[in-house]
Amino acid sequence: MSLLSRPERLVLAAGVAGLALAATACGSARTGSSTGEGGASAGCAAFAGYGRHEGGTVSVYSPIRDVEADLLERAWKPFAECTGMRIDYEGTGEFEAQIQVRVDGGNPPDLAFFPQPGLLARFAEAGVLKPASAEVKRLAAEGWSPDWARYATVDGVLYGAPLGASVKSLVWYSPKMFRERGWAVPRTWDELMKLSETIAATGLKPWCAGIESGDATGWPATDWVEDVLLREVGPQGYDDWVSHRLPFNDPKVVAAVDKVGAILRNERFVNGGYGPVRSIASTAFQEGGIPITQGRCALHRQASFYANFWPEGTQVAEDGDVFAFYLPGDDPSKRPVLGAGEFVAAFSDRPEVEALRAYLASADFPEARMRLGPYVSARRGVDPSNAHNPVDRLSIEMLQDPDTVFRFDGSDQMPASVGAGAFWKAMTDWINGKDTRTVLDRVNASWPTS
Amino acid sequence: MSGRGGRADARAAAARVRRRLSGRGAGVAAIVIAVLWTTPTFGLLLSSLRPEDQIKSTGWWTFFSDPEFTLENYRQVLFGTSSSSGRMAGFLVNSVVITIPSVLLPLALATFAAYALAWLPFRGRDWILVGVFALQIVPLQMALVPLLSFFSRGVEVFGVQMLPAWDLEGPARFVQVWCAHTCFALPLGVFLLHNFMSEIPGELMEAARVDGAAHGAILRRIVLPLAGPALAAFGVFQFLWVWNDLLVSLIFAGGTAETAPVTVRLAQMAGTRGNEWQRLTSGAFVSAVIPLAVFLAAQRHFVRGLLAGGVKG
Repeated sequence: MSLLSRPERLVLAAGVAGLALAATACGSARTGSSTGEGGASAGCAAFAGYGRHEGGTVSVYSPIRDVEADLLERAWKPFAECTGMRIDYEGTGEFEAQIQVRVDGGNPPDLAFFPQPGLLARFAEAGVLKPASAEVKRLAAEGWSPDWARYATVDGVLYGAPLGASVKSLVWYSPKMFRERGWAVPRTWDELMKLSETIAATGLKPWCAGIESGDATGWPATDWVEDVLLREVGPQGYDDWVSHRLPFNDPKVVAAVDKVGAILRNERFVNGGYGPVRSIASTAFQEGGIPITQGRCALHRQASFYANFWPEGTQVAEDGDVFAFYLPGDDPSKRPVLGAGEFVAAFSDRPEVEALRAYLASADFPEARMRLGPYVSARRGVDPSNAHNPVDRLSIEMLQDPDTVFRFDGSDQMPASVGAGAFWKAMTDWINGKDTRTVLDRVNASWPTS
Repeated sequence: MSGRGGRADARAAAARVRRRLSGRGAGVAAIVIAVLWTTPTFGLLLSSLRPEDQIKSTGWWTFFSDPEFTLENYRQVLFGTSSSSGRMAGFLVNSVVITIPSVLLPLALATFAAYALAWLPFRGRDWILVGVFALQIVPLQMALVPLLSFFSRGVEVFGVQMLPAWDLEGPARFVQVWCAHTCFALPLGVFLLHNFMSEIPGELMEAARVDGAAHGAILRRIVLPLAGPALAAFGVFQFLWVWNDLLVSLIFAGGTAETAPVTVRLAQMAGTRGNEWQRLTSGAFVSAVIPLAVFLAAQRHFVRGLLAGGVKG
């Protein structure tokens, strides 16, 4: 930590923290004012229960990098200083491939943040992960719904607690535009389609989307399908689909994809601000919703983290420039939520590793992290009113609601050749005009047979 | 065809080729190719000088109709003080620390090996040379996991620990990277230098030996001065390879600020979801400055070294 923290502290002391942060992506005005750096020295009483680990070092390996990595490190800095341990954080864009190499090469990190439950399960089955300690088990039972804990449980053994989360079942819109035009937020799928028609009748293309994401092009479209499928076949049917008990080319799946197609492949509905349907495939997902701020598009389905992508100066609020509503299904009484997140798994169980693991599983860490910048945690006991922006608050409330049925992003649970390959490619081809049945047949055939 | 006639024909053909390549048409073609080749790089350079919202919304060519100029991207990438905004200055130092030994070590070892294989007669020499040559076919990706295991677990044969684990942490991990790069560079290095050294006329060596020079003196006084261009070519080659390498350093140096080189930083810099990609424009240029300087400084040797291997007098 010393290398990271020394210049940082100097700069903060010099009082230019605001400047440095304004240069970063999440540079909303609140970021600068709400940095809790002063808390670092303000008493270690809160961390007394974790013991002292003088000279201990914990290496953390994760796919989270840049701004968000920075915020993570600042969030656990007081913990590290008070317990005397050093946390070596390493964020990489090649997490999925590199973690395998490091484990095979006998050089695993102490803790890893897995964004894919499927990958975590593979390491758990290989016997290289340490099962959760009694303390982590207790914290997980206290903090997470069984829906969440299930994703880090392999053969009845809990291997880790969830960390961050994002809610995917959101449709971004402009409250300002809606107010001016007299549109209302839809509460059912039918209302959503009627609203789309109404908007299209005014000459505005209602939806905008972008699925270009380098090697991962297509994933936003797979999220669309997962979200709609979850509503069509219910949580049980969704789990069956994820584990391939419900085939990819089942008529129910075809119907769900066509339901998405009624929006994404409808020339009258897309692609607001960008052009015809095909432009979806060539638009970067980061830019997919931007036309909303330019009044050239009204609706954009994307996860809660899209709050970070709006141009600087965009006000994210219920009555601001942009906000999000829940993507409705046919039945307004059922509100399943699709989301994603990371799970903290351990490759070693030294006392300092266990201490950090327990801290990350407690409610204190998400609280500390939330004070620094945009963050969503599904943990119970996290106060939604401390959320950094209204969308995070909405997401936390959704996730904490005891009635919420939560399901993890399906493509992250499937075998990588399907979930991070065939499915993405199929949806890209589908946007480019290929027939629904044909592309789903192909994904189905790509499912590993063993 | 008689030998003399053949040689005359060849000379005429060479003259014809030279005439055609130095003609006006060839010159124009060369310029067109050069322009096409440099356009993307030039666009990247212009992009790196434009403000973030402009980079993200319009192409670099709009710079000419609507010139807006800023050094903000460079300031962020080089001197941003939080780990979220570049700090490439620190990573540049890591890159230099990784690169210099990773060039000098294989250069030295390959020189000795190539001399021995070219001029020391010993049993099995040809087989060793064939083995080295064959090793070039093995992709380095295959060796990553075993080599990492060698560093972190040591060598164990049937449960008996033959070599201990290295257990390197923090800045000491540079040693791993140097070793890895040296291992991966040696087959090509030995092969290249061997080919060059075996071309040196044997009479020179014999004359030196008659004058009482041992192998050390021959290597230092005769071979090294003559092999200068080949050494420089291999050095530049290895320098560019190591400087631009992401994979090897990602595995053996890790991604922390202590040991990671510029390439690793570049790969992280766009953010978890790639929304800060405007930084890549200036980041790419910062990382390209040093290899560019090295290449321009050593260009003469580089080209001569390549030709030396390819054309026979």
